Amino acid sequence: MTSLPASSGGKKLGLVIDLDICVGCHACAVSCKEWNTQGYSAPLSDQNPYGDDPHGAWLNRIHAYEADIEGDRNTVHFPRSCLHCEEPDCVTVCPTGASYKREEDGIVLVNPDTCIGCKLCSWACPYGAREYDYAHGVMKKCTLCVDRIYNENLEEVDRVPACVKACPTGARAFGDLGDDKSEVSKLVKERSGYGLFEEFGYKPVNKYLPPRPRRDKAADGAPVALEPTPASQSTSKADRLFQWADRLLSR
Amino acid sequence: MHPAYSVILFTTASGAGYGLIFWLSLLGVNGLLPIERWFGVASFGLAFGLITVGLLSSTFHLGHPERAWRAFSQWRSSWLSREGVAAVIAYIPAGLAAIAWVVFEDFSGIWGLMALAGAVMAIVTIICTAMIYASLRTIRQWHNPLVVPVYLSLGLATGALLLLLLMALFGYRTTYLEGPTLLLVGAAMMIKLVYWWKIDREDKTWTIEQATGLSASTQVNQLESPHYQDNYVLREMGYQVARKHAAKLRYYVMIFAFIAPILALGLDLYLDNTLSVVLTIISVASSALGVFIERWLFFAEAQHVVSLYYGESRA
Ligand code: SF4
Ligand code: SF4
Repeated sequence: MTSLPASSGGKKLGLVIDLDICVGCHACAVSCKEWNTQGYSAPLSDQNPYGDDPHGAWLNRIHAYEADIEGDRNTVHFPRSCLHCEEPDCVTVCPTGASYKREEDGIVLVNPDTCIGCKLCSWACPYGAREYDYAHGVMKKCTLCVDRIYNENLEEVDRVPACVKACPTGARAFGDLGDDKSEVSKLVKERSGYGLFEEFGYKPVNKYLPPRPRRDKAADGAPVALEPTPASQSTSKADRLFQWADRLLSR
Repeated sequence: MHPAYSVILFTTASGAGYGLIFWLSLLGVNGLLPIERWFGVASFGLAFGLITVGLLSSTFHLGHPERAWRAFSQWRSSWLSREGVAAVIAYIPAGLAAIAWVVFEDFSGIWGLMALAGAVMAIVTIICTAMIYASLRTIRQWHNPLVVPVYLSLGLATGALLLLLLMALFGYRTTYLEGPTLLLVGAAMMIKLVYWWKIDREDKTWTIEQATGLSASTQVNQLESPHYQDNYVLREMGYQVARKHAAKLRYYVMIFAFIAPILALGLDLYLDNTLSVVLTIISVASSALGVFIERWLFFAEAQHVVSLYYGESRA
């Protein structure tokens, strides 16, 4: 059914993305592609991957913007994927019922066995979160790694979306945003997290934590510049010898 | 939005086909058309042909045309599904009316009711087609109250032009229908002009700052796109025709879809049907070209809000 579920069951699984921490390394996007080319609705095809016009379906895309953060012009790395909205038209426009929102946890999915590839859902998404798979003729989108988070064959620590697991800076968190007491909800509250394009009205579940002002201006007395590290302070010959040996050995 | 030829053909051909069904049924029931066998065969044949070609072509852009039947299931929420259901239902009364016309040469009583039901379903189907686009809030140029009137008036006008052509080919006098058709084409032109006027003047509501949630007070710019080559989103939704090309194409739409057919019909009225066949052929050919360009522009001028994430400042 492409009508939205009447009740949400309270659970709203989603991501919290910290724009202050993200360094734009694309590890989450690559890891997402890697996982989802073998899991649910796999593979995630590419067209002409080694030619002059390569393209393919990715479920996570990392932009970089330039924006003012309290008076400073900053670079903001900005991952963009499905926000698993509470009231999205991408679900209701689907003529086949292939696009649906799960009642139990709010995840928005496409059934690759019934999707006819009409692409209407991608037109209805303001976030550009759905990408058509030209090889399979069906729509692809973030599944919140539904095949990881409930997967009992994985270690408990691995039962999080691939992007969250991959992020080397810890800029991504996963949890139940419908539960006020969850870690992610607390983070959102603490850092004034927001949903993208709230004005549009789809009630996105994923939240973004805004970039913080520059540390040298922060009220918490953060250092003006990084302190010199103990190693570079050291000038004794023996220390330099060890540094040289260390560099040599770690090549 | 990327203008896909299959969708352009679908909306224009089926629109004209339903318009033709509407006029055949309504005028036929009111005794304003000759209920004659071969005229019926040709007219209903052309109408069903256009509708069927249109519907088939709409399945060409599907990833899985063989699953198209599944699209009938979600009529409770989806305008695309409603369109499919309405299109199939429309075949039933319109088909029965066609049989009555062709086999019994009778359009009275119960057959007349069938014809009227077919006319209603033709209108309903055109409305559903337009609503597929008009219901999308992500595209300002489509989420506009004039989209349904544009689709309806163009479907009815092109259907009426086809009817005149068929009548001329069968040697019937068309003057009594040409005046109303002229008005109809004129009305369609006015609606389209108001539509353009509106979309040109209305404010672009959404901003890149709203989309990203970053610094509402100063301009946000995109520094780096996530990918160097266009992805699906940009291929499908990033397409927008340059303003100066659009202006030229709008001018062609005015000439071919509206002004030339109006002049041709006016001339036919003036010459009192002596050159009907030639002039109605000109009006149909010209309007087909014009409406095709109109539909191409309907897509090419539409800007999707996702363009904000790719650096557009407003949408
Ligand atoms: S982000 Fe797009 S695809 Fe995901 S639920 Fe919202 S509207 Fe649908
Ligand atoms: S592309 Fe598939 S999931 Fe999307 S609206 Fe069409 S049938 Fe539904």
